[in-house]
Amino acid sequence: MSAPELSGREAIAPGLFTETADGPRLIGSRCRGCGVVTFPRQKSCAQCTSTDVEEHLLARRGALWSWTVQRFRPKTPPYAGPAGDGFEPYGVGYVELPGECRVEAILTEADPERLQIGMPMELTLLPAPNASGDEAVTFGFRPLAEEER
Amino acid sequence: MSEDVAIVGAGLHPFGRHEGVSGLDMAAVAARAALADASLRWEDVQFAAGGSDAAGNADTSVSVLGLTGIPFINVRNGCATGGSALTTAHAMILAGEADVALVVGFDKHPPGAFNPLPEDWGIGSWYGETGLMLTTQFFAMKIQRYMELYGISRETLAKVASKAFTNGSRNEDAWRRRPLSVDEVLGAQMVNDPLTQYMFCSPGEGAAALVLARGSRAREIATDPVYLRSVAFRTRKFGSFEVFSPSIPVEDGVPPTTEAARAAFEEAGVGPEDIQVAQLQDTESGAEVMHLAETGLCEHGEQEELIAAGVTEIDGRLPVNTDGGCLANGEPIGASGLRQVVEVVRQLRGRAGERQVPGEPRVGFTHVYGAPGVSACTVLAR
Repeated sequence: MSAPELSGREAIAPGLFTETADGPRLIGSRCRGCGVVTFPRQKSCAQCTSTDVEEHLLARRGALWSWTVQRFRPKTPPYAGPAGDGFEPYGVGYVELPGECRVEAILTEADPERLQIGMPMELTLLPAPNASGDEAVTFGFRPLAEEER
Repeated sequence: MSEDVAIVGAGLHPFGRHEGVSGLDMAAVAARAALADASLRWEDVQFAAGGSDAAGNADTSVSVLGLTGIPFINVRNGCATGGSALTTAHAMILAGEADVALVVGFDKHPPGAFNPLPEDWGIGSWYGETGLMLTTQFFAMKIQRYMELYGISRETLAKVASKAFTNGSRNEDAWRRRPLSVDEVLGAQMVNDPLTQYMFCSPGEGAAALVLARGSRAREIATDPVYLRSVAFRTRKFGSFEVFSPSIPVEDGVPPTTEAARAAFEEAGVGPEDIQVAQLQDTESGAEVMHLAETGLCEHGEQEELIAAGVTEIDGRLPVNTDGGCLANGEPIGASGLRQVVEVVRQLRGRAGERQVPGEPRVGFTHVYGAPGVSACTVLAR
């Protein structure tokens, strides 16, 4: 599911994700030597030290590997989110993309009762203010509903 | 085993909040306490190493201690600052560069969670802007997964914290000295699920120092030296789950804690089963649970039962964090690793007062862990 209302806004950083006909994809890298996949893109391989790595678009779906809820507002800098009463707790998790890597991301769900290790998740885009105070777009994962799985 | 290196003096500046006292002042207090403990003068020290994460350069303290011209190496290595300083001094003695060395670690952090900048850790600024640059999240997610895999309960996490504050109440150098019940810990404000406020340590202030001597000189200096049987320092290998990781591999690797602990035990020629008192990095109570197994002091999943049986309490078979750990002492990054060694030295000398481990323990162990995946371990013995 893409988020058309976010189109046209600037990405929180270049090179993290791209929008495709099937929805957003994270831009990682894959080692041509040993096959290790990382996110974000790296210029060398952390496993075999090779510098022969290629761009690799990551799978959009995976399973929640672990999670927490960020209940207090992180300090600024570096956090650029809403100040004071505008802060809302948010979910954070690692999503395991099968055979690729586990990606850390904001989750669209912050209710601990509705988060469970192993649950299926899908990449989505989210609004996120950047350090200049502009509304930008970042990536996150959302739980897949029963009928979407 | 190579030639012995002994600890002949140990000193602290109390941990906590000390308004108007700089980190360097605390370092000098700890250094003088360690020298007094060894009945040595600063002029007797031939080599020094030390550092802080956020409170200045250790060698600046020579202007307070005295300008004796000795080589003094500044270390700034995150949570492994103390361990790295100790590793350096140990190696310098073995290399024949000095017979007597001093190591010091200190720090002074403002209240609230640490706010490192992603650029300093090789990550894009987006990681911090979007709210992912928090050590607390890492620890929460690591224990969350661990609880699911190994059947660790929230009650066990609360018992670890409650034990820390009970031990801290018996330690006059500790910051948090009010005992807290398991229910108080469980009922405290949730910070990062599954961890409540009292399950986390807080950034704080303090200093710790040690005087080291070549083994052949230790008996002249001290009546009860404690031998540094080994000190091992490791960084992360591929596949271990570490703080500030935008992604991790799908294959699990061996954590730096396990690598450092194995190396420390091997060099010392003892096994985890020989340890009679241990200080483990307890940034939060889940960390103590996981580090118990990562260091080899127990099997993964065994903690639920061991902690329920009181094994890690002061009168248990394997007392852990007898001084209250980071939970009761707070986390001045540069000081914590050496605080642990100071505590084991006190325990092995039978000088730990109200919190003394019974049975005259002879062998102890320390372990620190920190960002971005570093660990240092020691084995200490009378």
